[in-house]
Amino acid sequence: MITPFKWSLVGLVFVYLYLPIAILVINSFNESKYGFEWKGFSLRWYEKLWHNDALMQAFTNSLLIATLAATAATVIGTLMALAVYRYQFRMKKLATGLLFVVLMSPDIVLAITFLVIFIVLGIHLGFWSLLISHITFCLPFVVITVYAQLKGFDRNLLEAARDLGAGEWRSFRTIVLPLVMPAVIAGWLLSFTLSLDDVIISTFVTGPGFEILPIRVYSMVKIGVSPEVNVLATLLLALSLILVMIAALLGRVRRKW
Amino acid sequence: MRFRQLVITVTLAWLALFVLAPHILVLLTSLLSPDTQQLASYPFTMQSYTRLWEPVYASAFWQSFWLSLLTTVICLLIGYPFAWTLARLPKLPRALLLFLMMVPFWTNSLIRTYAIKLILGAKGLINSTLLSLGLIDTPLQLLYTPFAVIFGLVYILLPFMVLPLVTTFSKLDNRLLEAARDLGATPWQRFVQVILPLSMPGVIAGSLIVFLPAMGMFYVSDLLGGAKNLLLGNIIKNQFLVVRDWPFGAALSITLIVLMGLLLWFYVQANRRINRQGGLDDNAL
Repeated sequence: MITPFKWSLVGLVFVYLYLPIAILVINSFNESKYGFEWKGFSLRWYEKLWHNDALMQAFTNSLLIATLAATAATVIGTLMALAVYRYQFRMKKLATGLLFVVLMSPDIVLAITFLVIFIVLGIHLGFWSLLISHITFCLPFVVITVYAQLKGFDRNLLEAARDLGAGEWRSFRTIVLPLVMPAVIAGWLLSFTLSLDDVIISTFVTGPGFEILPIRVYSMVKIGVSPEVNVLATLLLALSLILVMIAALLGRVRRKW
Repeated sequence: MRFRQLVITVTLAWLALFVLAPHILVLLTSLLSPDTQQLASYPFTMQSYTRLWEPVYASAFWQSFWLSLLTTVICLLIGYPFAWTLARLPKLPRALLLFLMMVPFWTNSLIRTYAIKLILGAKGLINSTLLSLGLIDTPLQLLYTPFAVIFGLVYILLPFMVLPLVTTFSKLDNRLLEAARDLGATPWQRFVQVILPLSMPGVIAGSLIVFLPAMGMFYVSDLLGGAKNLLLGNIIKNQFLVVRDWPFGAALSITLIVLMGLLLWFYVQANRRINRQGGLDDNAL
């Protein structure tokens, strides 16, 4: 039974979740620098962001890392899900255990393990260290998503393919992959979001040569109020909404087939 | 068969190189001696672990522990009835509301923390509202307090409490509730004796994925708590990136990993007990 009390609770939680975001979005169009006082609609902060080279560079770097990391994590994660689902091999328990460790470990712990391995391997802190660590922390989410879909499908299809002479690669490409495609796309979107959202791990493995958004934003918001950050928030939100709509449309197209 | 070999090799190699080896290295680092030149050096020593008991770190650890615990409890108090309400809805509105809950999380969490700063600041939304209503004369000091840190942590972590709870509640067998009602149980009795025990896996899973990350979120404490290093994450970050005492920073991380292991063990045990009693399966996570 849903009582008015429960509805007001749900309402309040949504106000709590959306109010901060709403303030950022509204203020991104506000002429006034110090929010809360509406001084008229203006796009001047958008213009200012456009001319803030360091911030724009960090923004494009972040998008680049998120795109590459999500793509690589999706490819590797899908293969891992296949390995866990389909093959028996030595140290399989260890592999699933390690994925679980990545899933459960607080970011701060992962951040330190990444930093230490990069120093020991002599990997330069910057682009590569960011990419590798983002791929790794996204992996378990892709594996879980794809594995869940694999579990729901008919193993007889694979038997049939083998009987008809298809090799492992061919049956993966022509049967498994098309069937798990929705999960693969979901895994990519999730990874993209996780990568863009990360602050802690990036703080540890970033280097002076390749700056991404959280590091840049951090130094800006520590000092005081930065209207460009409002604009960034609005753009990120818009980008995510577009991605989700694409995903929903893809889902609808698939169902029609 | 080459494809099969490739898949297995990639899986094992990636996990060994970027998950297993790094963890072992952190453990080794925590046992080395501090060295400002080379980050860490021989001989092996337990020095970093004994330092954990120094009053300044022990009290910081406790402070972080309590802040995270309080965050978890608040998330639970808000998230439990919220998730229950959502789980009782028909499938479509439930999916829609869960989706709406995740939307704010597509903006970087650092930016969202900054938004909280705007709300709690001296000229922020709360203070300016209260001032204009004449309820207060001078702005309240909300920012740079432990309250602000908890406010921010709850804001960022609440969905991680709600999701496992919704999963648990949607699997709850309605017939058990009907049976309890037919046998004359009051709403309170139904809650305490049926709903609460059956939802324990969700409660524990949610608490775990709120409590552990909360201890590490140094940027929330940095932006909202001022330069007070309220969380374990701040201390770890300082040891690694500022003081450069890697062994001690590693020892702090190992402590966090051990704590995580203990809590997970507790989670598995609790799940087992509930399963034996014929409740839910253990897919709440």
